[in-house]
Amino acid sequence: MNETKTIKIDHLTRVEGHGNIDITIKDGQVQNCQWHVVEAPRFFEAMVRGRKWYETAHITSRICGICSIGHTLTSLKATEKAMGVVVSEQTRNMRKLLLHAENIQSHILHVGYLVLPDLLGAPSVIALSGSHRNEVMVVVRIHQLSNEMSDLIGGRTTHPQRPVVGGFAKWPTPVELKNLRKKLADGLADLDALVELVRANADRLPDFHRETEFIALSHPDEYAFYDGDIASTDGGKWPVEDYTRVSNEYMVPQSTAKFSKHNRDAYMVGALARLNNNYEQLSPKAKSVAGAFNLKPITCNPFMNSIAQIVEIAHNLEDSIGLIDKILFDGFIEEQARVTPKAGKAAASIEVPRGILFHEYEYDEAGVCTFANCVIPTNQNHGNIQKDFEGLVPQIKDWAREEIELTMEMLVRAYDPCISCSTHCIFI
Amino acid sequence: MSKPRVAFFDFTGCEGCQLQVVNLEADLLGILDHIDIVSFREAMKEHSDNYDIAFVEGSITRRSDESRLKAIRKNTSTLIALGSCAAIGGINCLKNFFELDYVRETVYGEKATSYETYAARPLKAVVPVDYEIPGCPISRNEFIYVLKSLLLGKKPEIPNYPVCVECKLAGNVCAFERGMPCLGPITRAGCGAACIREGGACWGCRGLVDEPNTDSQREILAKYGLDLTDIFRKFRLYNGYSEVAK
Repeated sequence: MNETKTIKIDHLTRVEGHGNIDITIKDGQVQNCQWHVVEAPRFFEAMVRGRKWYETAHITSRICGICSIGHTLTSLKATEKAMGVVVSEQTRNMRKLLLHAENIQSHILHVGYLVLPDLLGAPSVIALSGSHRNEVMVVVRIHQLSNEMSDLIGGRTTHPQRPVVGGFAKWPTPVELKNLRKKLADGLADLDALVELVRANADRLPDFHRETEFIALSHPDEYAFYDGDIASTDGGKWPVEDYTRVSNEYMVPQSTAKFSKHNRDAYMVGALARLNNNYEQLSPKAKSVAGAFNLKPITCNPFMNSIAQIVEIAHNLEDSIGLIDKILFDGFIEEQARVTPKAGKAAASIEVPRGILFHEYEYDEAGVCTFANCVIPTNQNHGNIQKDFEGLVPQIKDWAREEIELTMEMLVRAYDPCISCSTHCIFI
Repeated sequence: MSKPRVAFFDFTGCEGCQLQVVNLEADLLGILDHIDIVSFREAMKEHSDNYDIAFVEGSITRRSDESRLKAIRKNTSTLIALGSCAAIGGINCLKNFFELDYVRETVYGEKATSYETYAARPLKAVVPVDYEIPGCPISRNEFIYVLKSLLLGKKPEIPNYPVCVECKLAGNVCAFERGMPCLGPITRAGCGAACIREGGACWGCRGLVDEPNTDSQREILAKYGLDLTDIFRKFRLYNGYSEVAK
């Protein structure tokens, strides 16, 4: 065992943003294992200061291209709460639909384009498009469906224009909603094909377990995405206003992003955290997909996050059909959003693809933003990624260097990190 | 003839423009018959420093970014700024209006000095840029148009007329008529008036046309009784790097 294995990956591929892996194993001993976040700092919380109430969501949407819908909606909710604006049931349902669209889009991008190559032993989806054309087309069709859905409800897939403070600037027509409903039903068939494909290759997901605290929103009436209280698998519920007491952000030298800890030295957020907290509220189809992978709460294998994402896609598709039925049955009307700005401060939270997201703003009487704070899911996961490094590397330290490298890359990818999101959060 | 080798890179930004490329879906698979993508960190593990066309997303916000961008410039014959952050500086330049120490302290508190940053700028402030595809995010159609032009050996020309032209063609109700301050009269078209079409007003994300008629913009504002400060505030959102906002 007189050898030194060094794994140094600068700018890990097939993740959003810039992160490095740094591991040294010498004479069978792990000397160093670190997850570094090296993304350029962004400073959004400072950038929105002095901006009008109708501009904050437009700006904070730009935190992230992949979760721009989630940032937009969380920002709108916080602004509405700060100004005492109450939105209609139709707006709430339409926003839930838009969140489902983003969740499907983000999850299928991650599972199909970023993770699947590892399971099929290919370097990228581009390579797969030659060797596994039909399988890639299944992924492309689900992705396309979610993009069309985002376009239809939000105006476009990235940085949506239609959602505004108080409601929507433009609505889809009932005919468009009915057409979407048909496509969602077709999407469920494509999902079955994806489930089969991943299941046949799921043995490549490492069997690694580490006791972990999982944090997600939880709601008495539904599998929480748009609304809820903060819940933990270690027990306890907290109102969203108390978010800083849950996230406890702190800074570490190796990272431009902040880290988080709550009950233990780290916690995990995202699809697996939601499933572990709210499994019983999944749709019937989603539960059957979970069953196909034998995924049950509480699962402490972070690699299963990708499987939890597939389960959620089933839930998103099925619940979207129900939401469209409800919107149409309740009698769809083209409401106008009307808002009178006023002074106030409030925090809001939404479950976005990568986990629980918090935005908080304060406005003066003229509706000018005087304070902002955003706590991003990937930030909350960085600490847990580091703890998983410390747990997993000693278990596999005797493997060949290449195998360790691939496994650690897969571990980071399993979290679906969105690093450019995570590098700008404030207030310790 | 061998296929042109294409690479994607990113600096400070949200990677939403590269996502638009991924979102081309089936079209992208067709394009792949005509090019070789040799580097695209967000989507693939393979990487090569040998390429003909480089698409670069994001603004330059750290001195240490400059050498990486210069290396890309050296490796490629054609460098294209992808999106507003790369082409005009975009939303990142909002921080340039604050003292940088204040910005850093707001976000990182007393540890502020450990985090390197400087005034955000477009790529062209550091290296020569051959073409720009502005927009936040980029229009997928415009990306295809630019790439196709290059493959055909033609010079891509993006519109040099204001968004108002596309807006009129689309038959939208004017944002000013709806009481919203709009940057359409001076902003470069090419988006199909994407924000006005969806019930909003133009935010100016594609930057200015080459010779913006700012006088006429002022007249329109006066006609609709809108405040010039609102327009300047809005203008700074994406165009903070350009002289007009200063």
